[in-house]
Amino acid sequence: MKNIFKIAYRNLLRNHRRTLLTASLITLGVVFVLVYTALSGSFKNYMIGQITDSSMGHIQIHKKGFVASVENLPLDKNLNAKALEYLEQFLNESQYIQSYSYRIKFGGMFSNFVSTTNIRLNAIDPDKEFATLPSLKDRLVNFNGILNKGEIIVPDIITKGMDVKIGDTVVLVANNKSGSVNGINLKVVGEVERISGPGGRDGYIHIEDAKKVLRMKGVEVSEIVIRLKDVNMLKDAMLELSPILKKLNQKEKLAFEIHSWEQLSPFYNIIKMLDIMNISIQIILISIVLISILNVMIMSVYERIKEIGTIAAMGTPPKTIVKLFLMEGLLLGILGAMLGAILSMLIVQGLDMMQITYSFGRESNLILEPILALKDVIIISVIVVAISLIASISPALKASRLDPVEALRTN
Amino acid sequence: MISAKNLNKTYKVGELTLTVIHDFSLDINEGEFISLIGPSGSGKSTVLNMLGCLDTPTSGSLIINGQDIAILNKTQQANFRGEHIGFIFQSFNLIPVLTVYENIEYPLIMIQNLPEHERKVRIEKLLHEVGMYEQKDKTPDKISGGQMQRVAIARALVTNPKIVFADEPTANLDSTTAHMIIELMKKIQKEHNTTFVFATHDEKIVSNVDRLITLVDGNIVEDIYTNNGVQQ
Repeated sequence: MKNIFKIAYRNLLRNHRRTLLTASLITLGVVFVLVYTALSGSFKNYMIGQITDSSMGHIQIHKKGFVASVENLPLDKNLNAKALEYLEQFLNESQYIQSYSYRIKFGGMFSNFVSTTNIRLNAIDPDKEFATLPSLKDRLVNFNGILNKGEIIVPDIITKGMDVKIGDTVVLVANNKSGSVNGINLKVVGEVERISGPGGRDGYIHIEDAKKVLRMKGVEVSEIVIRLKDVNMLKDAMLELSPILKKLNQKEKLAFEIHSWEQLSPFYNIIKMLDIMNISIQIILISIVLISILNVMIMSVYERIKEIGTIAAMGTPPKTIVKLFLMEGLLLGILGAMLGAILSMLIVQGLDMMQITYSFGRESNLILEPILALKDVIIISVIVVAISLIASISPALKASRLDPVEALRTN
Repeated sequence: MISAKNLNKTYKVGELTLTVIHDFSLDINEGEFISLIGPSGSGKSTVLNMLGCLDTPTSGSLIINGQDIAILNKTQQANFRGEHIGFIFQSFNLIPVLTVYENIEYPLIMIQNLPEHERKVRIEKLLHEVGMYEQKDKTPDKISGGQMQRVAIARALVTNPKIVFADEPTANLDSTTAHMIIELMKKIQKEHNTTFVFATHDEKIVSNVDRLITLVDGNIVEDIYTNNGVQQ
């Protein structure tokens, strides 16, 4: 094999400009794919982090039918004490769940005594909510870190639109399940920045204040937000919680629904599109490698027909001739993949150091932090090398099947 | 050593069947220095290719060193050539990316798979014999045509073949170089008792061979031992 390597290597050097050109083409393709993967990965990770860590959590559990009518914030689709007792068995025993938080979601009227507007609210147990959504505090502006009873964190769209200041007293008026109206005074203790996805524009109050204004007698919860120990455990956790989906209520109908952040967030479709684009670019890369190597190897065979005839006449077995040409294609692929990987790592490192900012929707000054995972580098390199080898098969077989007499006659 | 009986070679050209070798029979003994001569198109190269197991006869039997060639497949024929037969070509056909030493080494590595120390002994001996030891690290583009043919001879002999086939080995050489090459092959034939079979027009070779076989239209019209050999 050492000698096959030596001859293949020297044959590549024989036409070094062509070798360099082909390797450069492969390198360019690898760089394109890896840099795109790093950039899209950075954007994807940031957005997933934002959505799951500051708004939605990884998994949510509701009473059956809640999500379908979430825009109406229905109060008749809350989980009661008995349901929570059942669900807590699963939540407390799960090996994947790090923490969970109860929320009451409702809508009401927000007034600063000058003007009034609609508001959507999440009523939370602050300690549990902040433990479940560790990045939520990053979205809260002018917030001192504690949300007590009688306090409200107002969406920035309302504070700006109604000129509400921190420390102002406002009135929250809401209808309860049966339609009767109630109101409470609350003190503004922070603003919450918007984020894409459901619930991304909601304000926050203490769960006890929600019970008070909604005149809830027992325990009621609109949703349970779950944080996993690792987002990659999502499938396993969903599987573990799946018995909940089969639980029937008193009317013998399904009682609960469970959704992952992927099912709830419209951003998941963007992620899927990014992944599809990634695959498309990989297919383009594969085509580039395939055509380049095939072209070079076919030319190589046609240029060396007499030489192939000579070595065949001398007694070189056909399989050795195949190996010689496969090795040439393989070396070209390895060269292109290696150069591409090194160049990509340098480019990604450079982009990371440049701290490039970008905007997404209404969010701006997001820092691009491209990271090239070793796994991606290995996968792309292996694909390139494998395709190089595959592209060399046909020319190599052609070379091995040449008739020595005909080949020796060629000039 | 070589026993060819009633070899025929036909080609299909469109609807026509063209017979280029017709009932060709020949026995060649070990250590003979033979030349196939004849006008262009007489079938010299075709006979040489068939005897050298490069081309397959359409019919007839060919036995070389006791091996019936007809029963061998393509790979077995390649292995047989690698073990028993050497070739010298008109255009030398050295591998341009390998040095003189590596060109001679090629059949020992790629075909016979000999260990390095054994290769070295054989190659250096042959390099001295063909007078190319000093040039051993040069690539073919750095040496003359005569030197290239010396390297080709060394390459053909390095596997210790019993038979060497040479198709117009002096056609691309000047007269003096051609003469030196013929002398070299003759010396090797005597020292190693190697059989040499030439296909040539070159008078210099013809005047040096032991046996002269004349072909016309694919048939042997004359088979004589020259002054160098014994009249048949």
